[in-house]
Amino acid sequence: MYDDTRLTEGDVASMNTKISAKGVDVFYGDNHAIKDVNVEIKDKTVTAFIGPSGCGKSTFLRCINRMNDTIDVCRVTGDIRLDGEDINDKRVDPVQLRARVGMVFQKPNPFPKSIYDNIAYGPRIHGLARNKAELDEIVEKSLRRGAIWDEVKDRLNAPGTGLSGGQQQRLCIARAVATQPEVLLMDEPCSALDPIATGQVEELIDELRQSYSVVIVTHSMQQAARVSQKTAFFHLGNLVEYGDTGDIFTKPEDPRTEAYITGRIG
Amino acid sequence: MTDATTPTPKRASLLAVDERTRKRNAAEARFKIYGIVAICVGVLSLVVLLAAILSNGIPAFQRTVVQVPVTVTQEQYDAAESTLFKTKEYEGLFVAALSAELTSAGIEADISSGALERLVGKVGNNLRQFYTANEVQLGQEVLFEVPAASRIDRYFKGTLAVENITADNRFIQPQDLDVAEAMKDAGLMATVFDWNFITGVDTGVDNPGGAGIGASVLGSLLMMFVVLFLALPIGVAASIYLEEFAPKNRLTDFIEVNISNLAAVPSIVFGILGLAVFIQYMHLPQSAPLVGGFVLTLMTLPTIIISTRASLKSVPPSIRDAALGVGASKMQAVFHHVLPLAAPGILTGTIIGLAQALGETAPLLLIGMVGFVARYPETFLGGLEGPNSALPAQIYNWVSRSDAVFTEKAWGGIIILLIFLLTMNIIAILLRRRFERRW
Amino acid sequence: MSVAWLLTALVLLSLAGFFIVKGRALASADGDRRSLHSLPNYYGYNAMLLVFVPAFFVMCAWLVLQPILIGASVSSEFSEQNLTEDMNMSLVMSDVRRVADGLDQAIAKGAIGEDEAEEVAADLDGLKTLLSSVGVVLGSDVSDDIVASAQDYRGMAGTWSVIRDVVVLILAVAGFAYAWSRTNASFRARNTVERAVLALLIGAAFIAILTTVGIIYSLIFNTVEFFRLYPASEFFFLLEWAPSFSGRGGSSSLGVLPLLWGTLYISLVALAVAVPVGLLSAIYLSEYASPAVRGIAKPLLEVLAGIPTIVYGLFALLTVGPFLVSFFGDEGYLGVNWMGGGTAVMTAGLVMGIMLIPFVSSLSDDIINAVPQAMRDGSLGIGATQSETIRQVVLPAALPGIVGAILLAASRAIGETMIVVLGAGAAARLSLNPFEAMTTITAKIVSQLTGDSDFASPEALVAFALGMTLFIITLGLNVFALFIVRKYREQYE
Repeated sequence: MYDDTRLTEGDVASMNTKISAKGVDVFYGDNHAIKDVNVEIKDKTVTAFIGPSGCGKSTFLRCINRMNDTIDVCRVTGDIRLDGEDINDKRVDPVQLRARVGMVFQKPNPFPKSIYDNIAYGPRIHGLARNKAELDEIVEKSLRRGAIWDEVKDRLNAPGTGLSGGQQQRLCIARAVATQPEVLLMDEPCSALDPIATGQVEELIDELRQSYSVVIVTHSMQQAARVSQKTAFFHLGNLVEYGDTGDIFTKPEDPRTEAYITGRIG
Repeated sequence: MTDATTPTPKRASLLAVDERTRKRNAAEARFKIYGIVAICVGVLSLVVLLAAILSNGIPAFQRTVVQVPVTVTQEQYDAAESTLFKTKEYEGLFVAALSAELTSAGIEADISSGALERLVGKVGNNLRQFYTANEVQLGQEVLFEVPAASRIDRYFKGTLAVENITADNRFIQPQDLDVAEAMKDAGLMATVFDWNFITGVDTGVDNPGGAGIGASVLGSLLMMFVVLFLALPIGVAASIYLEEFAPKNRLTDFIEVNISNLAAVPSIVFGILGLAVFIQYMHLPQSAPLVGGFVLTLMTLPTIIISTRASLKSVPPSIRDAALGVGASKMQAVFHHVLPLAAPGILTGTIIGLAQALGETAPLLLIGMVGFVARYPETFLGGLEGPNSALPAQIYNWVSRSDAVFTEKAWGGIIILLIFLLTMNIIAILLRRRFERRW
Repeated sequence: MSVAWLLTALVLLSLAGFFIVKGRALASADGDRRSLHSLPNYYGYNAMLLVFVPAFFVMCAWLVLQPILIGASVSSEFSEQNLTEDMNMSLVMSDVRRVADGLDQAIAKGAIGEDEAEEVAADLDGLKTLLSSVGVVLGSDVSDDIVASAQDYRGMAGTWSVIRDVVVLILAVAGFAYAWSRTNASFRARNTVERAVLALLIGAAFIAILTTVGIIYSLIFNTVEFFRLYPASEFFFLLEWAPSFSGRGGSSSLGVLPLLWGTLYISLVALAVAVPVGLLSAIYLSEYASPAVRGIAKPLLEVLAGIPTIVYGLFALLTVGPFLVSFFGDEGYLGVNWMGGGTAVMTAGLVMGIMLIPFVSSLSDDIINAVPQAMRDGSLGIGATQSETIRQVVLPAALPGIVGAILLAASRAIGETMIVVLGAGAAARLSLNPFEAMTTITAKIVSQLTGDSDFASPEALVAFALGMTLFIITLGLNVFALFIVRKYREQYE
């Protein structure tokens, strides 16, 4: 599977740009957390954000679906476009934006509801199903996409919190998929999981690439190398280097990137 | 993955808000409004409550007085003292002085003894008491300030139903009001601050205007004294044991469950406890602040224990370790280091507990602290053992009397009660601000 | 010697003990404190505790037991003599005590001398005038026998008080002697003192258990007494509450159901006000409000919790009641004439609801804040609005805790006294009209125990049965609610 990743890297260049960010700055109160970041994220591609802790990669990820709006002291400037439309435009409703740019979090956070209701929650609030049968279909399709259908199909009414950590995280991915987003943002989705569960989630991410543009923040360079086609390296709020994953890991241009991937900083 | 290649549906532009989102946003706005309305309802209730208290209670601090300069000569005094109905004579002297003042002010009024009583009540005794105590003032002009009758008082406070007054009313007649107005214009009547309300004692139904809250405030203070001297040491001792020494076992659990349940037992049940145990069984005196203090102590203990334990818990273990590390015993570590650091928190909790106890009424009713108390106690111990009332119980007592003047006094009593509570809470907040420590 | 003087003597003795024994400890080490086992003060503390504590506890126990034992002895003598059928022993004893107290007070106030007290008792009418002059009013049924018993009582009380003083002082001196004899350089004073202090701390902790025991004892004892005089089946199932005021027992109907209904109905109205307002306020304050709004609104709401219930009672009776009547009463603005007077279920319920708002809101606030932020992020991250997140994710997650908070509020409402005493009315009835006056368990406890009826009558004792009912209901609610809340907290810790 990892070989597959390498092979398809060449195709990525031909993909359309899904998200383009220009001159993005983020401030937490007085703290300048993101400094003038410019990046173009391709459709149907896994893009990895790597860098030491506190480098701003998660903060930048949260700008893409405006989750930073929920933090009072956070201020975002600059231009982020989804399919050419400015997401920070006054006319854009963040609710609609987030339906198209789904998010998966560091810690699995299933709702204290049944597995079925966890998945059906998004489609229900966005009104994606006209009747129960359609909703059932969406739930099944999402759980299949989340690669967890076989494990839970007999207990859809069991609480989602009763699943194991890895299952919970795949449930959360399925939940994000259920709203039929175009982009999936994943904030260190495997950091709370054991190696086996991590492997399952990584496998899933690679499959998701065929339908979505996936952006993943990760601590682990190995993970970035395994799942992504494009990699962006953040350091102290700056986007230091952005390019094909193979290039970043084999011939980094910036000395800071090299220092990080060889383990001298971070 | 059969559907992996299905393209995601192309959606409308982000810039246009679709119908469904508009509806959802409207629901969002409505929900937010519910919250704002709820807060407004809460705050409005508070405002209405405070407005009711202030508007009804402030008149209780004022009273209308009749101010008349009176000169009584030695001969008049001797003559009055030698008669059988002495106060009647003095009343005559007062009427004469008042009539003279009225005439000089150009007010036409008949001040027969009936009319006088309707205006100022019985004043003879006031004069007699003054002159028997101050014989040196005989022959000199003295400005007498006597309280106006309660209905005149209410007339000036605007709480008297003027339209219902008939000419044959025993307490007030329409022409009295005109006289009163004229007297006020002439400076013979004035509205002054009623110190008697703060310092005085309860009175019977025949003199509602003279009732004061002083004795019951003293009763409350005596009870607070008892509560402070029992609840604080016992509460702190129990908390120290539970927090620092108690082994983790069933007995300790049982004590803790007991404390948390006692904190939620209705206050009236503590009244039943006080009645059955302290009065029925131990035969302690009824209506005594001592017994009231016992009952309120038991009621306040859980509050004090809970807050004391919280402040003991907030002292970091490193302090204890440091003390133990230099060879202090566990007891020394607690008493020398932990307790002083927790003291501000303990004091804050105690003050809040006391404030709760001060406002508590129901248990006091059961142990009989609603009696009629027309005297200050003579000694401190007599005050603890003898019958007394308490501030909230006195308020309750006044409300249950039918006279509107007592109702006004009850509202006034509430203002005093709230001033006490406010002061205590401000002290607690200042203590917390001043000594709050973040570890 | 009065108790106050005895106590003063104990304090002085213990202080003296402190300094003397401390001095002895230093002397035993030839003035070199380093060769003492403990700090010199500990030897002093040891003496102080030994002098004060045993003597003090004996004194307290004596104070409690003496009147009980003397009462028992006097009453047994009395019944041997001549107790007629219709005389109630407890009434006789209360007369005996009243006469004895009255004589004591007369002596204390100097109305008569100590020796005249013996003589004055011979003249019944003279005695009554004398006692009423010191503020003790005697009933008509005071007989010579009672006065004789009272004299007995006084005599025994006087003798035993002297014995008490002697015993207490001897104990204090003995404690001092013991401390003195044990004090030498190698005595482990600190350890002894610390053990004693620990014992005192444990004793303080046991007060909580004692209080519970006291509550249960006083409720059970009198409730059993009540059920001996009045059939339990009627108490629990009779649909009528009509205590008679004239005689002792007999024709009263004392059914708890109308009171229980009034209690529950008023609590229900109160919760119907407090739960939506409190809960929505808590939601707004914790999820939407800016820090500035929160900083103002939260303390303002909490002021409502600090206001004593008597104030709410007055507010109900004098402000809210008349206000409601002006709408729902005869010739009201609505012209419906549902409401006869200011006191009603609605009046008490509304005001109680206001009182409970801060209670519900601060408990719910804590509980909503305990829901992890990750849960909210998960919902917001897939495009839910904030209100959808609150209603469909946060509230279901917080539900157990909120139910617990509501149960605690319900228990508060059921046990609330002053608001219903003043605002709800005095008539016990089973009615559905919320604008009618009804009464509650707590209000009736107050009225049955503050009236003139005799403590041994079913009309007074029923208050204890009502108290028991109240105690069991609120205790049940509290235990259940605390259990739910604790389980909820554990889930997110």
